[in-house]
Amino acid sequence: MRYSGLRVLWEGLTGNKGWQPAWREPEPKKSYDVIVIGGGGHGLATAYYLSNKFGITNVAVLEKGWLGSGNIGRNTTIIRSNYLLPGNEPFYELSMKLWEGLEQDFNYNAMVSQRGVLNLCHTDAQRDAFARRGNSMRLSGADSELLDQDGVRALYPFLDFDNARFPIKGGLLQKRGGSARHDGVAWGYARGADLRGVDIIQNCEVTGFHIENGVCKGVETTKGAISAKKIAVCVAGSSGRVMAQAGMRLPIESHVLQAFVSEGLKPIIPGVITFGAGHFYISQSDKGGLVFGGDIDGYNSYAQRGNLPVVEDVCESGMALMPMIGRARLLRMWGGVMDMSMDGSPFIDKTHIDGLYFNGGWCYGGFKATPASGYCYAHLLAKDEPHPVATEMRLDRFKRGHMIDEKGAGAQPNLH
Amino acid sequence: MIINHPLLGPRDAAEFYYLGDASLLDRPDWQAPDAADKFYEYQYLRDNAAGEHRELWYHEQGDRSWLIVTRDTLTHDITKVELAHDVALAKQADPANTGREG
Repeated sequence: MRYSGLRVLWEGLTGNKGWQPAWREPEPKKSYDVIVIGGGGHGLATAYYLSNKFGITNVAVLEKGWLGSGNIGRNTTIIRSNYLLPGNEPFYELSMKLWEGLEQDFNYNAMVSQRGVLNLCHTDAQRDAFARRGNSMRLSGADSELLDQDGVRALYPFLDFDNARFPIKGGLLQKRGGSARHDGVAWGYARGADLRGVDIIQNCEVTGFHIENGVCKGVETTKGAISAKKIAVCVAGSSGRVMAQAGMRLPIESHVLQAFVSEGLKPIIPGVITFGAGHFYISQSDKGGLVFGGDIDGYNSYAQRGNLPVVEDVCESGMALMPMIGRARLLRMWGGVMDMSMDGSPFIDKTHIDGLYFNGGWCYGGFKATPASGYCYAHLLAKDEPHPVATEMRLDRFKRGHMIDEKGAGAQPNLH
Repeated sequence: MIINHPLLGPRDAAEFYYLGDASLLDRPDWQAPDAADKFYEYQYLRDNAAGEHRELWYHEQGDRSWLIVTRDTLTHDITKVELAHDVALAKQADPANTGREG
């Protein structure tokens, strides 16, 4: 069924009796061409692009829980491509371009809203760094605009410009950045893949790999053994646990990141704002809640919940930036498990085991990458060579000394 | 989280700096023929356990001691806290003793 305005009108006039489930709930077959492990944003996007762009439709997506129950359902929904390094920026700009055409492409309302992402700077040195970043973005075809204080004031007059410790000197604006409806992204990709015949199998946990003589031939699951020519792991947050079943250790630690939503307020923050003197980012959802977050807690965790010191730190940063939110009450907060890699950048690569592929290490920036991650992973699976914008995202880059370290923080995952 | 410091008693985890897996204490031999491989594994690869995890915490806003904390990464429960100094001395006396129990 194709969704359209006319369809909504027709169903409205006929009692909404014609709607059908957006995807099937099939039982797994004995074998597939490709098995994607992980029915989150990246896994579903991978299945979607495999079936819609690369012509591989004999695909299963295996999901331990329900579809979209991991980090695609618990992020702060920001999309942007304001990275610095040549190993990263072209990839994220491809993602931005895919976001721009996504809803028409998969015929689903993902509420992509290019409301602008503004990074604030508070010192001269930071402004210089932003000028460099902006130029680097433009080299990859992204848009960027360096604003002075008046430029920022015109957009957001309510910020604390003359804060004694963190005066706002200007900012780097990416107008094409913005936000999207996180669940809608998962559902749209799931529906688009299902329409091409991809089996999305929920409540089916992978419990082991069949590896013979260095070749991965299938997986053991809670719904029995399934064989496949290619197995694509895509389980960021649980990468360590799943890859341990294949005997692999990864350059990844799992950490917890918390996010927060306030009670619904009248529209006040039109775009996305990030604080430059601490780690804090905020936007406002269409329902009115202020959606914000900050640093990871900083210790290994699989618990999907964090501790109070980070809550305090995030709220302090928010108050330093825009004191007007001090009276808003927190409605809910939650934690998600992040694949924190050793240089803060992700992996889309083959492993040393034939037929076994790995996608992970997205740190806390996986949501914006969803379309390009799926596209580049599908490219790798279909053609056995990396997509041109993902050639640096290799598992062995630490051994070769070719890290993609945006912050220059070194091999310390909790600093990225 | 509260870390029960062996010398100072219960302290808020916010007073500490977190480094990571306690395997970082087991520095490879830099003169070994396969030193480059061993240092790559030491520096970059992690077990990343879901469950019991031995890890290094530095009491930056306290007595500046390094602690080895045994903590469950699924529940954040802390079951054991040792001075890294004591563990290193015990290991020096008996190289087979890695500090892990069982």
